Amino acid sequence: MLLHFFGQPWEAAAVDAVLSNTLLLLACLLVMIVLRYYLPRGQQYINVFALCLLLTIAWLLLSKWLLGLLLGQYEGYKLLLHNSLSIRFSLAFLLLGFITMVSILWYSQLEQKEQEERKKDAEKLAREAELFKLRQQLQPHFLFNSLNSINALIGSRPQEARKMVQQLSDFLRGTIKKDEAQWVILKEELEYLQLYLDIEKVRFGNRLATAIDIEEITHNLKLPALLLQPIVENAIKFGLYDTIGETVIEISAAKEENHLVIKVKNPFDPETSSPKQGTGFGLNSVQRRLYLLFARNDLVTTEAKDNIFITIVRIPQA
Amino acid sequence: MSKVIIIDDEPLARSVVREYLQQHPGLEVVAECGDGFEGVKAIQQHQPDLILLDIQMPKITGFEMLELLDQPPAVIFATAFDEFAIKAFEAHAIDYLLKPFNQERFDKAIGKWAEQQAAIPAPEKNTQELLEAASLSPSQRQRIVVRNGSKIKIISVNDVWYLEAADDYVKIHTTEGYFLKNKTMAHFEQSLDPAIFVRSHRSYIVNVQQITRIDPYEKDNHVAVLRSGAKVPVSRSGYAKLKEVLGL
Repeated sequence: MLLHFFGQPWEAAAVDAVLSNTLLLLACLLVMIVLRYYLPRGQQYINVFALCLLLTIAWLLLSKWLLGLLLGQYEGYKLLLHNSLSIRFSLAFLLLGFITMVSILWYSQLEQKEQEERKKDAEKLAREAELFKLRQQLQPHFLFNSLNSINALIGSRPQEARKMVQQLSDFLRGTIKKDEAQWVILKEELEYLQLYLDIEKVRFGNRLATAIDIEEITHNLKLPALLLQPIVENAIKFGLYDTIGETVIEISAAKEENHLVIKVKNPFDPETSSPKQGTGFGLNSVQRRLYLLFARNDLVTTEAKDNIFITIVRIPQA
Repeated sequence: MSKVIIIDDEPLARSVVREYLQQHPGLEVVAECGDGFEGVKAIQQHQPDLILLDIQMPKITGFEMLELLDQPPAVIFATAFDEFAIKAFEAHAIDYLLKPFNQERFDKAIGKWAEQQAAIPAPEKNTQELLEAASLSPSQRQRIVVRNGSKIKIISVNDVWYLEAADDYVKIHTTEGYFLKNKTMAHFEQSLDPAIFVRSHRSYIVNVQQITRIDPYEKDNHVAVLRSGAKVPVSRSGYAKLKEVLGL
């Protein structure tokens, strides 16, 4: 704007430049403030264009009036001002337009970022809530039948009743306590599982036997807390309710290529069990939990071979 | 002396019932069974006056076991938790005990049974109604349990081709031949999944997943040809129902 040396004195050019530019700056600020609180969408871009045009005209009129007042005494200035109006207008409009565009881009991006963050937060909350729910799902059948067993033992074998009350309490306490620490080492999870198995053995007597084979190297590998119990519960239910006579549940753990691999085997009768039963609720919840934690759907697999149903869970190690 | 049979797969659950029964000298436990197969045998052998029955048991449920009996005895159910079963009980059972239960509650159930025993000696009606209600449970829709002499057969509904009315029985045609079940067509029409089993004719219910084509047959009628080659009559109203289910 300091190109106004067209025969004008130095002071006049300076006043003109300062005034015009200050006013233009104010207009830019106005545009930025407006766009900060009001981002155009779709058709509203026309409004923004109109706003720019209007502001430019207002700026032009205002600066012309003020400059006329201040610098009217300089010779030839008025003519020069008049002649340069179209250039001033173009320059101002271009500048305002540019500022508008940058502001729109800037604020849109900001808004998008905010939205993404909010979405992420919401997803995280939902995931946590779901995980919490999945962990909480204790089969009421198990609880009531255990209480019924205790009730029976109180009459005939009070010492054993006491022991079972203790086991059931420890088991339930484990369910509550472990919610806070999401990850546990396998050894700890197996101790907890043992409580569950002991209770089930009291319930089902001689019908239920277990064979546990855990490689020592896996003892300190990590897995999500309370993951194994529903798998074993599923196997027990499947095994006990699908066959008559003794049921052996085999549990094994090994390390394979940075994965903790746990296999749970139960007998079943291929003639009477529909495949649907095999992947019942228990396994769905396990699959869902692992999906929420690892975003992978291939961590729970099942196989059926020679009347033995195998559930395989792979847990990636960090 | 009235005869009682206890049927439950958990030994301790049986023992607590036995213990509570000691307070009822007029009742004698003639058998204890760990599953429904044993239960059917024991009931046929002893003809008990009352059975105490669990629902969730190996192989077949308590409801399925009752269906296998020609004349089911009076039943008191003892179960831990089954939302659907509880609804069925509320409507039709003599009584049902929610585990764990105490002596007092048990005595009350026995009292109810004794009352009914004295009033009308026909508990089968209740049991039949109960089974009708229970058969609508989603888990029971997956399979049909039939008795073939002394053998018990569990048929997955996927293996059923069609059902045919045969006097007091329904003939269930499957991949392994047919089985008879002492039920009505209305029972099956109601209890089987209506998206798969359609009453195509007064005397026929067909598994739509087995149908390969439907041919016209005489005037107004049709016949459904199944994958196995079997032909199932389709009446005019049956044809309309089939068209709806198949989305034609």
